[in-house]
Amino acid sequence: MEINVNPVGQVMVIEIAGEIDSNTAPQAQERILPLVQPGAKILLDMSSVEYMSSAGLRMLLSMYRQITRQNGGLVLVGLAEEIKDTMSITGFLNFFTTRDTVDEGLKALA
Amino acid sequence: MERIDIHPTHAHGVFKLRAGRPLPFGATQVEGGVNFSVYSRHASSCTLVLLKKRQSEPMAEIPFPDEFRIGNVFAMVVFGLDYDNIEYGFRMDGPYDPQAGHRFDSSKILLDPYAKVIGGRDVWGGQPDWNDIYQHRGRIVFDDFDWQSDRPLEIPTEDLIIYEMHVRGFTRHPSSGVKHPGTFAGIREKIPYLKELGVNCIELMPIFEFDEFENSRLHPETRELLLNYWGYSQVGFFAPKAGYAATGKFSMQVDELKALIQDLHNNGIEVFLDVVFNHTAEGNEHGPTISFRGIDNQTYYMLTPEGYYYNFSGTGNTLNCNNPIVRNMVLDCLRYWAAEYHIDGFRFDLASILGRDPWGAPLPNPPLLENLAFDPILAKCKLIAEAWDAGGLYQVGSFPSYGRWAEWNGKYRDTIRKFLKGDMGQVGEMAQRIQGSPDLYWWRGPTASINFITAHDGFTLADLVSYNHKHNEANGENNNDGSNDNDSWNCGWEGPSEDPNINALRSRQMKNAVALLMVSQGIPMLLMGDEIARTQQGNNNAYCHDNELSWMDWTLLKSNADLFRFFKNCIAFRKAHAVLRNRTHLRNHDYVGSGYPDISWHGVRAWQPDWSGGSRTLAFMLCGKHAHNGQTQDNYIYVAMNMHWEAHQFELPHLPQGLQWHVFANTMATPPEDIWEPGGEPLLEDQQQCLVGPRSIAILVGK
Repeated sequence: MEINVNPVGQVMVIEIAGEIDSNTAPQAQERILPLVQPGAKILLDMSSVEYMSSAGLRMLLSMYRQITRQNGGLVLVGLAEEIKDTMSITGFLNFFTTRDTVDEGLKALA
Repeated sequence: MERIDIHPTHAHGVFKLRAGRPLPFGATQVEGGVNFSVYSRHASSCTLVLLKKRQSEPMAEIPFPDEFRIGNVFAMVVFGLDYDNIEYGFRMDGPYDPQAGHRFDSSKILLDPYAKVIGGRDVWGGQPDWNDIYQHRGRIVFDDFDWQSDRPLEIPTEDLIIYEMHVRGFTRHPSSGVKHPGTFAGIREKIPYLKELGVNCIELMPIFEFDEFENSRLHPETRELLLNYWGYSQVGFFAPKAGYAATGKFSMQVDELKALIQDLHNNGIEVFLDVVFNHTAEGNEHGPTISFRGIDNQTYYMLTPEGYYYNFSGTGNTLNCNNPIVRNMVLDCLRYWAAEYHIDGFRFDLASILGRDPWGAPLPNPPLLENLAFDPILAKCKLIAEAWDAGGLYQVGSFPSYGRWAEWNGKYRDTIRKFLKGDMGQVGEMAQRIQGSPDLYWWRGPTASINFITAHDGFTLADLVSYNHKHNEANGENNNDGSNDNDSWNCGWEGPSEDPNINALRSRQMKNAVALLMVSQGIPMLLMGDEIARTQQGNNNAYCHDNELSWMDWTLLKSNADLFRFFKNCIAFRKAHAVLRNRTHLRNHDYVGSGYPDISWHGVRAWQPDWSGGSRTLAFMLCGKHAHNGQTQDNYIYVAMNMHWEAHQFELPHLPQGLQWHVFANTMATPPEDIWEPGGEPLLEDQQQCLVGPRSIAILVGK
């Protein structure tokens, strides 16, 4: 799994590539959580995420809650159809704001 | 503040360990690791086996050190495990002495009886690796689903309208149009349908992990693969069937099922589970050793003095439910589903077995049933017993209920079926069944009676009116299986017919059935698909058919739209009228001073029912002022039932001044005049009498 961080104006755009599971989720958290300041705006570009396990979904939700607690915002962008479907079926999708493209995601966080 | 007891104290190879805690049983995530706890009264030692997901060779075998044992419980924490990717099991060592009841075999890897997730059948029908020595494998559960504010609905029992459903059968047919056919996710997509129909409770046929390949075989002639489709044979009691989940291939069935239940609850629909504690999937001494037999055979099974398996379930073995250890496991199981999955109620298959002692004798005060009736976590769950077993114990009306258990009222089913087909001598029985069977439950009330005409066992409603005999040849048992006492009537021809008269009669009979069900005191239960005339081509025991024979065909919703409308309005009628949903028995006299008894009986002459043996006509009137013991005001309701083959004029009882009879339903009339929306009933032209056609029912509302 790879993570790239690019600030775009006020927003932290974070690209994740590969699989998010019990092995890689802790790394993702370690990389991303330090970027969460009060009022932080974070866009997770998930278009290169191939797979998320139960542990991965939980890490994502947990991160979302920490961001929200700091009055920040989080948007998930580019979720693959199958992953979005899985998140919907398991009750995880409801918690998140999602968009199809980075541009739409940036607008949602504005 | 960090706990001070979370650090390893021992090691086995690369694995760091520490003494575990006996509770909770099973595999539980703790700080830094997993706590494994398993008990066995007669095992001499136990080894934890760890495997990488789906691999055939174990990754590690860690014996439980003896100093980690508390009493008969082996408990151990293993640190640093990858929750997503490991599977676990146990090897138990002990005596092999079948006559004494011991069948320990340390060459087998055993499934944890408390496994909360079970792998090995992740996708329904996926070809197993038959060489795999460990077929059903325990996995680590993520049990932190966020229910938010969800809670069991606690719908008053008398208000329930139950829909018995097979998870896969409900949406597997291509015509269902759902994204994930045959799954929990599929049911979710059909919630709008269930709401439109109006049911407020779904009873799911077994969802605990079972092996669809159990007893799988090819039909001797057609060579079709027959599977264990219904699932009345558990591999484990704490895990939902992976093959019923669209996300089963990712091991996310726990979250998927919880999300389904949450969504159903949000839409006002309760969820009951059909639970099978009378036997396991291990069969008798010739069956597979999956779990219980190897963990502690003598504790879990009812055994004969020679060490063979008693068979009160008809399936090979009988779970020893009144053994104190097993009793606790059953209690743990139900508490787990009630607390962790927010289940609203449980229906117990062959429940009479739960009242037998370890040697099979019926107990007058069975400890297990008593425990369940008084348990605090289960206190608001509905408990329903199929009050018989395969060993001859028939307890409808006498099941040890402790004031809590309801029963599948087999007598209701039998009486209604006989009455519907025009048998003689039924009117007296009908009077009892319509009132919620006070003859059986006089000290309990109508809520003890689950009224049903059809269920998964037996004909569908469409087949009940189309076949005189069962046709189970497709099961490959020479039509010997399935009940012969169907009390069905084919309306003049066996099987499908082009004759419009026969089809009109069949349609009318189905409407008669649902009308009777909805105006009876007690709790109605419908069979999935009866509302659209689902047929199994006369097969009354379709347990092995994972195919179009048993899948719900959604195209029937269009072709039988009239029937669906009739069901929907009957259900709405029941919900609209409190006088149909009493908690206590009707008294047959006037105790509020309305001038009318709470229920009164009539025949073709008002106030003069014909109770004679040859009578096939009966009517009753419910006084709206007596609803809920007089606490609720409702309309008057009059129901005329004519199961004779000729039409009859029913003289109508007079209503109080100012009220008039309106027609809610008349099964003889052509749709859309066969039924009206509750509240929209037209005025009956002739207030003195009502012509009820042959084999028809008329329902009037006095307002």
